[in-house]
Amino acid sequence: MFEIRIHGRGGQGVVTAAELLSVAAFDEGMYAQAFPSFGSERMGAPVVSFCRIDEREIRLREPIEEPDALIIQDVTLLHSVDVFGGLKRDGFILINSTKSFDELGIADFVAKFPDHHVCDVGATELALKHVGRPVPNAALLGGFAAITGQLHFESVEKAILEKFPGKIGESNVAAAREAYDIALAA
Amino acid sequence: MLKQIEGSEAVAEAIALSRPEVVCAYPITPQTHIVEGVGRLVKSGRLENCEYINVESEFAALSVAIGASAAGARAYTATASQGLLFMAEAVYNAAGLGLPIVMTVGNRAIGAPINIWNDHTDSMAMKNAGWIQLHAETNQEAADLHIQAFKLAEALSLPVMVCMDGFILTHAFERVDLPSQDEVDAFLPPYDPVQLLDPADPCSIGAMVGPEAFTEVRYLAHHKQMEALTLIPEIAAEFGERFGRDSGGLVRPYRCEDAETIIVAMGSVNGTVKEVIDAMRDDGVKIGSVSICSFRPFPLIELRDVLEPALRIVCIEKSLAPGLGGVVASNIRMALRSLYRQVYTVIGGLGGRPIMRKSLHRVFELATAEALEDVTFLDLNWDVVNDQLARARETRRSGPIAENILKSLNPGLGR
Repeated sequence: MFEIRIHGRGGQGVVTAAELLSVAAFDEGMYAQAFPSFGSERMGAPVVSFCRIDEREIRLREPIEEPDALIIQDVTLLHSVDVFGGLKRDGFILINSTKSFDELGIADFVAKFPDHHVCDVGATELALKHVGRPVPNAALLGGFAAITGQLHFESVEKAILEKFPGKIGESNVAAAREAYDIALAA
Repeated sequence: MLKQIEGSEAVAEAIALSRPEVVCAYPITPQTHIVEGVGRLVKSGRLENCEYINVESEFAALSVAIGASAAGARAYTATASQGLLFMAEAVYNAAGLGLPIVMTVGNRAIGAPINIWNDHTDSMAMKNAGWIQLHAETNQEAADLHIQAFKLAEALSLPVMVCMDGFILTHAFERVDLPSQDEVDAFLPPYDPVQLLDPADPCSIGAMVGPEAFTEVRYLAHHKQMEALTLIPEIAAEFGERFGRDSGGLVRPYRCEDAETIIVAMGSVNGTVKEVIDAMRDDGVKIGSVSICSFRPFPLIELRDVLEPALRIVCIEKSLAPGLGGVVASNIRMALRSLYRQVYTVIGGLGGRPIMRKSLHRVFELATAEALEDVTFLDLNWDVVNDQLARARETRRSGPIAENILKSLNPGLGR
């Protein structure tokens, strides 16, 4: 089982991100379960969503406490919420940021993880460039596929297009593809 | 067709496949996405011959469903939490009149304190209203149970409440196999009412009944529930043959062979319970579980058969009967009457608190050692409880409990 926890703020599409990951995994023939954290969801408040991927039916219903991967949509959460809590030692971290780990103040922490497991991608900037709005979701999913290897990019692309048909979907896929390439090269 | 779909949307699809003719909804918190989904399917024309009625309250939602059902329409609504309580009088009426309405309850807590999250307090408040109450363990089962519910309701002319855990199931995306319209049509024929308000053949439904006949009418309500004990497994078996999967039925045992300890639970927590059972079995503990799908009627004989060989039973309950403890445990004791078995109550998951494997593991170990309290509150924070008890002892005007507890948890909050 591969477990993903997504941190963001209300309104950033945290729940949609988990949904799209689960759809992409489903398209690859896997079992997947996506669900939001059950707290007060106010615009701007810290929110969490979860996604589990497995080869067999997923029965577990508890929130994910020891994730294999973290997606951090909003870098301002780094020092206000325990976003890294429970992350496995060989886990993956994807952060929406253009700053270096030094500038983010997490260089020492991320140095403990295997090479290529921690990556930051300017997903908001990519979204502004391709979509014209600061919606980092799709780009982060592209980045996730690249660093974890859990999903093929094509599945992520298909999931995005199913959820957002037409031009919006295509521009999001373009953002996801650029993020995928950046993360793969990182 | 296999889909990766949100629980509420899967149920909306299952409802549409069941061809309701009237759907009433009051779309405000507490509500699920189900009625939104059904509304979209009506508007898009995929669900034909269905009148979708936006009503002014939950009381109206069920009242309109009652009228529609009495006029011979297959009727559906959904609610949860305070919404279910607000329609309470109509809930009893629908059952008392014997109208085969199907209603989803996306289980949630009841205030005060205000809380919108999952537990079973809402449907438990209506457990004796005369409805059949079925609990879904997964979103697949939730979808399947609705299709079965219409068949069951109409066979008995009795309303059926399909309970599914709010948020945990309603808001979860997972794999659901949705049958085709032809398959559902073959399983669920059009509604053929046993009683009908028809201007061409006038009659009344809902007579005033005095002491000379009230007991007999009530007895017959009980009799129908007893008939459901036979019908529920029959319908589940037919469903299994036609659709190729097990859904519904009365109870579902898991690894109960030679089990000395058996866990009893309803709804989605059974998935987490099974994970703990597997882990403890790997360690050599003789433990199993049983999921109660049909809470009303309560399958006394089937539960007795499953539980009798065990030494002890642990009921995981998502509702509290203050002053007693657990309702499921009390019902289980009825199933085990004249046998001596230790029956523990574990109250967990109240107001959306997650039920974690490690917490379950701990209480199951205590139970196997017979060291568990009769009534245990899972993961109770004794510090804040004891603080409040001390505060109330020391100061007459100690203030509102909920606010005090929040202040203990967040000392930074203003006074």
